[in-house]
Amino acid sequence: MTPVVELIGVGRTYPGPPEVSAVREVNLVIEPGDYLSIVGPSGSGKSTLLHLLGLLDRPTAGQYLLDGRDVAGLGQGARAAARGGRIGFVFQAFHLLGRRSVLDNVMLSMLYQGVPRSQRRPRALAALDRVGLSARTDFLPTQLSGGERQRVAIARALSGEPSLLLADEPTGNLDQANAAGVMDLFDELHRSGLTLAVITHDEDVSRRAQRRVRISDGELSAL
Amino acid sequence: MRLRKRQRPLDGTPVEAGPSTDPPTGDHVDGVRTDTLPLAQVGLDGTTPATAGERPTETERISLLDLSAEPTASPRQGRRAERKARRAKKSQGRPRMRIPDLLDEAVLGIGTRPARLILTMVGTVAGIAALVATLGLGQTAGGQIAGRFDAVAATRVVVSVPAPPGPPGESADTSALPWDAADRALRLAGVAAAATISEVDIGDDRVAGVKLVDPAGANTLDVPVLAASPGLLEAEGGTLSTGRFFDAGHSARADHVVVLGSRAAAALGINRVDSMPSIFLGDDAYVVIGIIDTAERRPEILDAVVIPEGTAAAKYKLTAPGELDLRTVIGAAQQVSRQVAIAIAPEDPTTVKVKAPPPPGSLGGDVSSDVNGLFLAFGAVALVVGGLGIANVTLLSVMERTGEIGLRRALGAKRRHIAGQFLTESAMIGTVGGLIGAALGILAVLVVCLVREWTPVLDTWLALIAPPLGIVIGLLAGAYPAVKAAAVEPMTALRQGS
Repeated sequence: MTPVVELIGVGRTYPGPPEVSAVREVNLVIEPGDYLSIVGPSGSGKSTLLHLLGLLDRPTAGQYLLDGRDVAGLGQGARAAARGGRIGFVFQAFHLLGRRSVLDNVMLSMLYQGVPRSQRRPRALAALDRVGLSARTDFLPTQLSGGERQRVAIARALSGEPSLLLADEPTGNLDQANAAGVMDLFDELHRSGLTLAVITHDEDVSRRAQRRVRISDGELSAL
Repeated sequence: MRLRKRQRPLDGTPVEAGPSTDPPTGDHVDGVRTDTLPLAQVGLDGTTPATAGERPTETERISLLDLSAEPTASPRQGRRAERKARRAKKSQGRPRMRIPDLLDEAVLGIGTRPARLILTMVGTVAGIAALVATLGLGQTAGGQIAGRFDAVAATRVVVSVPAPPGPPGESADTSALPWDAADRALRLAGVAAAATISEVDIGDDRVAGVKLVDPAGANTLDVPVLAASPGLLEAEGGTLSTGRFFDAGHSARADHVVVLGSRAAAALGINRVDSMPSIFLGDDAYVVIGIIDTAERRPEILDAVVIPEGTAAAKYKLTAPGELDLRTVIGAAQQVSRQVAIAIAPEDPTTVKVKAPPPPGSLGGDVSSDVNGLFLAFGAVALVVGGLGIANVTLLSVMERTGEIGLRRALGAKRRHIAGQFLTESAMIGTVGGLIGAALGILAVLVVCLVREWTPVLDTWLALIAPPLGIVIGLLAGAYPAVKAAAVEPMTALRQGS
């Protein structure tokens, strides 16, 4: 079976001076259905790895196979298309559009993927149902609690039917109860077969994952 | 399903109440579908293994969103696979965002901030309104100035139907002015007054002040007799020194009444009408009911005896009016002269001969082009200011919406999608601004014309060009902000707070 993600000797160097090697010689395989957490303190190269995994940045060394296809060398536009189609982002700061309804926010993820207009609404509703927010579709994000907002963001990521759900400190802006709810949802999604990668500095959050890796000084090690 | 029900908050209750209140059951249900899996199984205490369920095998993986129906999963997956294959084949291909989506996003982008939208548009509205108003006023004033110099000539249109070449008499009826020509002309916009006037052939009859048997005919005068419709005075800009003009009733009854031109009256020795003096046309006595003092457009009326058309038709076999005299409002003569032929002879307008003043002369043209040049410069400056306004606010909006741009990029938007959205937004603002500006500009011209009692003169292109001009301004103004927006790095944008 083709792994969802395969990083082979990936490195990212920021040109200097002084030249900074944020990530070095990273080898990582994420199989379909994996629930992976990447922990590391700030400054460890965590963000760089996130950007590389999320196709927001391109590696300066090594190979990145996403669904078996080398994406390391892709140009700007092709990377945008690939990340829209295959990666669902969940951010610490949610990044919902405050003046658009919950439903609109979820439908936004299908806008750039060429999903026909008639299919967007049912798919978004299904995704919202999946995260338990069917009753909130017409609300504005500002009317929701933090946990609900993050659920909307997760629904937005899910509606794009991604190969990989990539979460960046998903509980960073949440209180404990809300964070627990979101982590439970992740467990639930994992059980239904979704491939997840959670990047966090929080040990409690990372412990929920099935596989854990640590990054420090730009190097990856299994836990 | 149970999971969903439990997590779905009751109305108003926060969602976080759900999982923590459920006591952990402790039993581990391996391999059971999540539909029946209690959420509490994965408690907060961390005692349950992180691998709560075995990883589903590939056959169990169904589309995440397809909760209910497994049968439908396969076609969807098939379609999805197909899409992915296509994507893999030509990922650099055409953008998949369509025009309606782009317009939707742009409308929502600007429409959710109405106050800002209005502020952004003010500059463009003012610029285009100023341009339209000044150009319109320039044209109007140009026509007005031309009119002032020769108000009489510039508003006079004379219509006649010359007899067609060929044997005279036969086709007289088909090629003559109709009796209601004046009424027809009055229905045209821009016609202030209209009257028909005809020379009357009185044959051997003579005009006399006193009926005398005088073989030498010394007391008779060789005075021309004219027949006219009741609107003659208005149409010719005439005034009466005494008495009144005849009306439609006199004409309908073919009454024997006359109105005298001032010089004809003097020759006949008549200077007042309160004693109901009479004159004779041939053997018939006619009551003088009024004396015309001035007739600036047809001074020859002052030498004549004027009788109602009905009387002329009954007594002297007048078959049709000779000429139709129109007084137009200032600036309307050209338009009226084009339309009147159709009003008079709709079946064959070419038989109608229309004498119209020449188009506004060189003097008027020079003045109006001077005025236009000045006004145009003013309007252009206003437009530049309006464009800068759009650019400014759009740039501000780009900076404000950095997070949104980053999000869109993360969701798969390419740089050109982002640039396209902001360009569309500013073009829309420009278009709406152009429309409102054009309406306000035309309104301004109309108000000025109402106050000054001018005739508004506006070229149609002036109204039509405003919206495209707005689009162009919007696109120009949006270009730099759009480039800035497209250059936003999603990484930095997304790391910022919301």
